[in-house]
Amino acid sequence: MRANCWMGKNKLEVQQVPDPKILNQQDAIVRITSTAICGSDLHLYGGFVPTMESGDILGHEFMGEVVEIGSKVKNLKKGDRVVVPFPIACGACFFCQKKMFSLCENSNPNANVAEALMGHSPAGVFGYSHMLGGFAGGQAEYARVPFADVGPLKIPEGLSDEQVLFLSDIFPTGYMGAEMCDIEPGDTIAVWGAGPVGLFAMKSAYLLGAERVIAIDRVPYRLRMAQEKAGAIPINYEETSVLETLKDITGGRGPDKCIDAVGLESHTHGLVYAYDRAKQALMLESDRPIALREAIVACRNGGTVSVIGVYGGLIDKFPMGSLMNRSITLKTGQCHVQRYMQPLLGRIQKGEIDPSFVITHRMNLDQAPEGYAMFRDKQDECEKVVLRM
Amino acid sequence: MIVDRPVEEVYRFWHDFGNLPKFMTFLESVESTGDRRSHWTANGPAGAQVEWDADIVVDEPNREIAWSSAEGAPFKNSGSVRFEPAPGNRGTLVRVEMEYAPFGVVFPSVMGKMLGVDVGQRIQHDLRNFKQVLELGEVTRSDASIHAAMHPARPANGHA
Repeated sequence: MRANCWMGKNKLEVQQVPDPKILNQQDAIVRITSTAICGSDLHLYGGFVPTMESGDILGHEFMGEVVEIGSKVKNLKKGDRVVVPFPIACGACFFCQKKMFSLCENSNPNANVAEALMGHSPAGVFGYSHMLGGFAGGQAEYARVPFADVGPLKIPEGLSDEQVLFLSDIFPTGYMGAEMCDIEPGDTIAVWGAGPVGLFAMKSAYLLGAERVIAIDRVPYRLRMAQEKAGAIPINYEETSVLETLKDITGGRGPDKCIDAVGLESHTHGLVYAYDRAKQALMLESDRPIALREAIVACRNGGTVSVIGVYGGLIDKFPMGSLMNRSITLKTGQCHVQRYMQPLLGRIQKGEIDPSFVITHRMNLDQAPEGYAMFRDKQDECEKVVLRM
Repeated sequence: MIVDRPVEEVYRFWHDFGNLPKFMTFLESVESTGDRRSHWTANGPAGAQVEWDADIVVDEPNREIAWSSAEGAPFKNSGSVRFEPAPGNRGTLVRVEMEYAPFGVVFPSVMGKMLGVDVGQRIQHDLRNFKQVLELGEVTRSDASIHAAMHPARPANGHA
């Protein structure tokens, strides 16, 4: 089969590789019909995530048709059309029983490596480094899907790939970001990052009863999408002071809840950015937490900061005093996608949201390397790339 | 390590030494050859096989099993596993200790080098395998983890 392979920092190649086979009794093999490039794939692309190996197949947002099942798979059969969640979860362990699927204890064969880096290991993830399992990803013609009875969601007739594909990651991730805010009627929610996950966080905040949503970014077309497609008030941090503007909008109090949908490659202007960029280059700090710092300082007293942007390691200059003295709650986590797929499918079926609104580019699998570069460089107003077979 | 199964089941599974190769990476086979004696075959470096006999020296049902290599083993080794109910009915807490004493001195790193790995990490890894075998029926595998050496996360030719 053909697959999009990571060949080193900023280097991708679509290569011919062997087809996947059943390795565990609960596996399924899926023939992929649509797959997407995630903002978090850009962290791999740029070499910000350790334990990548040359030749790794990328991709963790995919869907397709079941073509083979292992001997212990009961809920799926050949021909079923499924969306596959990005965290791999066994469904049986302590954390899966608590519906904290991205913390599954049994799905990461390289848990020792993750433990050494993070203290404890999270779940395995498709196409996302060896410390998260060394699983081949879904930017390929076929993928092996472990625990096929636990993760994949069967898609009923009448829904297109583009309407349901994002149930694999970015819609549930944005939704969980909003859900962690425990939104109360009247709340103003500020979202840092108007990428695809940010847009889903904004839409979800409204679905969960927010009064107002504010979008903070620096890319004009992304702010325009946030305004037009997600009904957010845009703030361009390159043109105006975010803290001042947020105070202005909220009568000095600050947004009730803040969502960081940016993560470890955050940007800003001036000295602080130069400081973090330099420390990151010197390996004194692995992640640039500029959006997170601002979200904490901006948040109203007693508010909540919800972090769904991806971090990998250590951060610097964390405003702990602001967090502690102002009783701010910090909530975070990789999305427990399996928990949200069915209810969010329900919202799609009821017409409450059509997730395809984020798609700006449709390409073939062979064009994946181009798609990555375009998405990273924000060329051609690129917001979300879907690769079709 | 906490295994989400009752103590009786976890003890019983370990007590059947034929099960050990299902989760101990370096073991090829363990056969019961007598009341307390078993015959162990392990994979050493470069495909070399090492064999020895071991005896159960402690057997307290649902609490502890300990074993030790018999006279004539190529290197002295012993191990013990203890079981206790995890607080709050959350399964079974399993603790393993292993000692390798090639010269009569406890010196894990020598055996570790023989096996090509860090012994502490290997025990931890095997215990996690043990948990998966009990909770899921088999060890979870990935495209990379099925290879002994580093391998990119992609399917390989010739693997079942």
